[in-house]
Amino acid sequence: MPALSMLTKVAQASPPVPVGDVHVLPDLSWAGLILWLPLLSLALCGLCAAFKCRTKLPAWITVASLAGSFVTALWLYLNYEPPGDVIMIAQWINLSWVGGGFDANISFYVDSLSLLWILFVTGLGTLIAFYASEYMEPDLGKGYCRFFAGVSVFLFAMSALVLADNLLLLYLGWEGVGFASYWLIGYYYTKPEAVAAAKKAFIVNRIGDLGLALAIYLCWTSFGTVQYDELMTAIEAGQYQVMTEDWFVAAIPWLLMLAAFGKSAQLPLYVWLPDAMEGPTPVSALIHAATMVTAGVYLLARLYPMFLLGDDHLALHVVAWVGGLTALLAATIGMAQYDIKRIMAYSTVSQLGFMFMGIGLLTTYGAAYHVFTHAFFKAVLFLTCGAIMHGFAGQLDLRKLSGLRKIKGWKITCYAMLIGCLCLAGFPFTSGYFSKDAILVEAFVTQGPGFEVLGWIALFTAGLTAYYTFRVWFRVCAGPVQFEPGDDHHGDDHGHDDGQFQPHAPRFAMNSVMAIIAVGALAAAIPYFMDSGVKGGWIADMVNDSTAADGIPAVRAAAHTGHDHSGHHGSLLGMDPHVAMYYLSGAVGFIGIVIAAWLHLFRREDADALRRALLRRPAIAWLPRAMEHKWYVDEFYHATLRAPLWVASHVLHGFDRIVIDMILVGGIAQLPRGVARWMQPLVTGSVQSSAVAMAGGAVLLIFVVLLFMQYGVLN
Amino acid sequence: MSAALDMLLAQAMVEADLARFLVLSGLLLAVGLAGFLTRRNLIVMFLCTELMFQAAVIAFVACGRWYWDFSGQVFVIFVLTIAAAEAALALALVVLLYRRRGTLDAETWTELHE
Repeated sequence: MPALSMLTKVAQASPPVPVGDVHVLPDLSWAGLILWLPLLSLALCGLCAAFKCRTKLPAWITVASLAGSFVTALWLYLNYEPPGDVIMIAQWINLSWVGGGFDANISFYVDSLSLLWILFVTGLGTLIAFYASEYMEPDLGKGYCRFFAGVSVFLFAMSALVLADNLLLLYLGWEGVGFASYWLIGYYYTKPEAVAAAKKAFIVNRIGDLGLALAIYLCWTSFGTVQYDELMTAIEAGQYQVMTEDWFVAAIPWLLMLAAFGKSAQLPLYVWLPDAMEGPTPVSALIHAATMVTAGVYLLARLYPMFLLGDDHLALHVVAWVGGLTALLAATIGMAQYDIKRIMAYSTVSQLGFMFMGIGLLTTYGAAYHVFTHAFFKAVLFLTCGAIMHGFAGQLDLRKLSGLRKIKGWKITCYAMLIGCLCLAGFPFTSGYFSKDAILVEAFVTQGPGFEVLGWIALFTAGLTAYYTFRVWFRVCAGPVQFEPGDDHHGDDHGHDDGQFQPHAPRFAMNSVMAIIAVGALAAAIPYFMDSGVKGGWIADMVNDSTAADGIPAVRAAAHTGHDHSGHHGSLLGMDPHVAMYYLSGAVGFIGIVIAAWLHLFRREDADALRRALLRRPAIAWLPRAMEHKWYVDEFYHATLRAPLWVASHVLHGFDRIVIDMILVGGIAQLPRGVARWMQPLVTGSVQSSAVAMAGGAVLLIFVVLLFMQYGVLN
Repeated sequence: MSAALDMLLAQAMVEADLARFLVLSGLLLAVGLAGFLTRRNLIVMFLCTELMFQAAVIAFVACGRWYWDFSGQVFVIFVLTIAAAEAALALALVVLLYRRRGTLDAETWTELHE
């Protein structure tokens, strides 16, 4: 549905409405509120900090402004008409020269894809900010304002990223969310791990950002514009700039891929995301699970036509495989961790892998749908983990928590978590089930290098997902009541005096948010059935209306093995893959849950015995060991990148100290001093001796000049 | 005939005159320099600098006349003006220096040493 050429550019805020026209267009420039409200909230939070506010005022300011953003986004959606619009908010950079120009305005590209994203970004942002108002209570009067200022910055940047109508504004948002992420991961800046994690996230993201910056340059050189509508028109029409070269255009998808892999934590740049869990849990839920990390998926979906430019679509195949392998790798690591937040982090990496698989398998719809459902169920999982962490003084070890379901006040937490787990595990008829299927099935019907193998890998990963997800739930929420508090006592914990730890259950704000998002996670399955003729329902409609689907039908017709056509139909176990996948993924998820139930609910001692038995056998012991040590990827990076860099930096530091500082700078400084010491006896300070020197010098000069003139040198 | 001869004569006189004036100027400079380098009295040293100034002035005037170019004369007016201003400053300095040390001996001022 190449609707781009139909995009009308609304230069003025309100288009002129002819008299008598019944359909009065609303003033769409109000959409700017989505951007300005979080900025306002940032300023107000800053004021709160300046006036040493000790109340929950910053939280309410942030919640109110984010809710305003959400309402504005909703209003924008209700006024949305299929081709979409470019809404001018403010002028930004407008340059023009003979035969060209460069335009990048603060304007919104409102099509179904950006609407889908902005809706869940602002919606979840509001809810999670409300949750955080209670979660961050121990920091009241300390970092409370700083935290909500960070959340506001994040929402501002994320909205800019999603709604931008040009790559430059997207880049601003892209860097902005990276900065907000750094800000909030390092929120507990007295903790060395948090500081290290913040730096790691920032530095690893920088590698990806380099890719994005280069991709933008190349877009500009190749197509002469950074605005989406012009870009898409140019791609569609095959209009290239004169100065471009073939490899420029060919390199763009790879650079975009690098950017997306950095921001969305894919191989080989995923290492920052698990460490990012050092930030406060609402941040993990909002930034590192639901919204920011899906920016990579958004970028690729938005610029999808770039990936379809060539004939071989090699970049897409790589995206698919990297996604699949990341999913598998992260799932195996997640299986062997004990920290529930880390497990969720690896599960996020793994699910992002699924999304990229969807992108690579020509189903931007599947990817976007999985982003959408994942945003809800992963947010609820993180929020419940946060509630547990909050209530049990920072305890996150699943071996030290058990049977929370039976403790008073933890019902909502446990059942919200159960819903999240069911969705993540792809339990039949939950939202995750449908969205994951949409991606998995494509592996069996799309032709590509080893895509069938990839499909089986992904199915296996889905099973692992179900296992590790329910490992957490059965350990933490089910079983006998038993718990140990963590060592994070933030002052106001009650009941420490008598030595008896009392977990403090979440109260209204946290409970209500967890409940709402859990219901949302279940309800995220509904769009699948909101069918308007297109398979996949509402989300598919949304995605197919946007640039994310441009050109896919043509490619799909060529790449699919007879999909929707007569002749050879891609088959899976002798059935139509679309039907078979419903059974297969349901079965795989079920098996994972049953194994988890066996090992972690009914026979917990068996799990430990199994682990010990595995570790005793040298032939197999490496596997659980490697999984527990995260496949030694951090160590590998340390050895291959950090250590050489460390050595090089010290060598260069030594070179700088000795050669530059001591010999060059110091030496040159010493030279006049040495000469002066040698000449000093000549300086007596008496006027006449100076005058003699002067007169003698003048005579000498005249003599020399005369001499030169004599030989005709100076004439 | 006599007009041409007159011109030649005048030419010869001027040529001879330039050399004389320049020698005079050089002598004056030498006297001034010698005085400046040998005398210890600040006022005498200052007068010697004035002498050297006048040597330069004579050279200017002579050359201006020789090249039939009035820049030399004009320059002299400037030099005299500046010399007057400088004389005022220098004498004021000498007075201050005398107040500091109670003597006009230049050898008492060697602070620039080291």
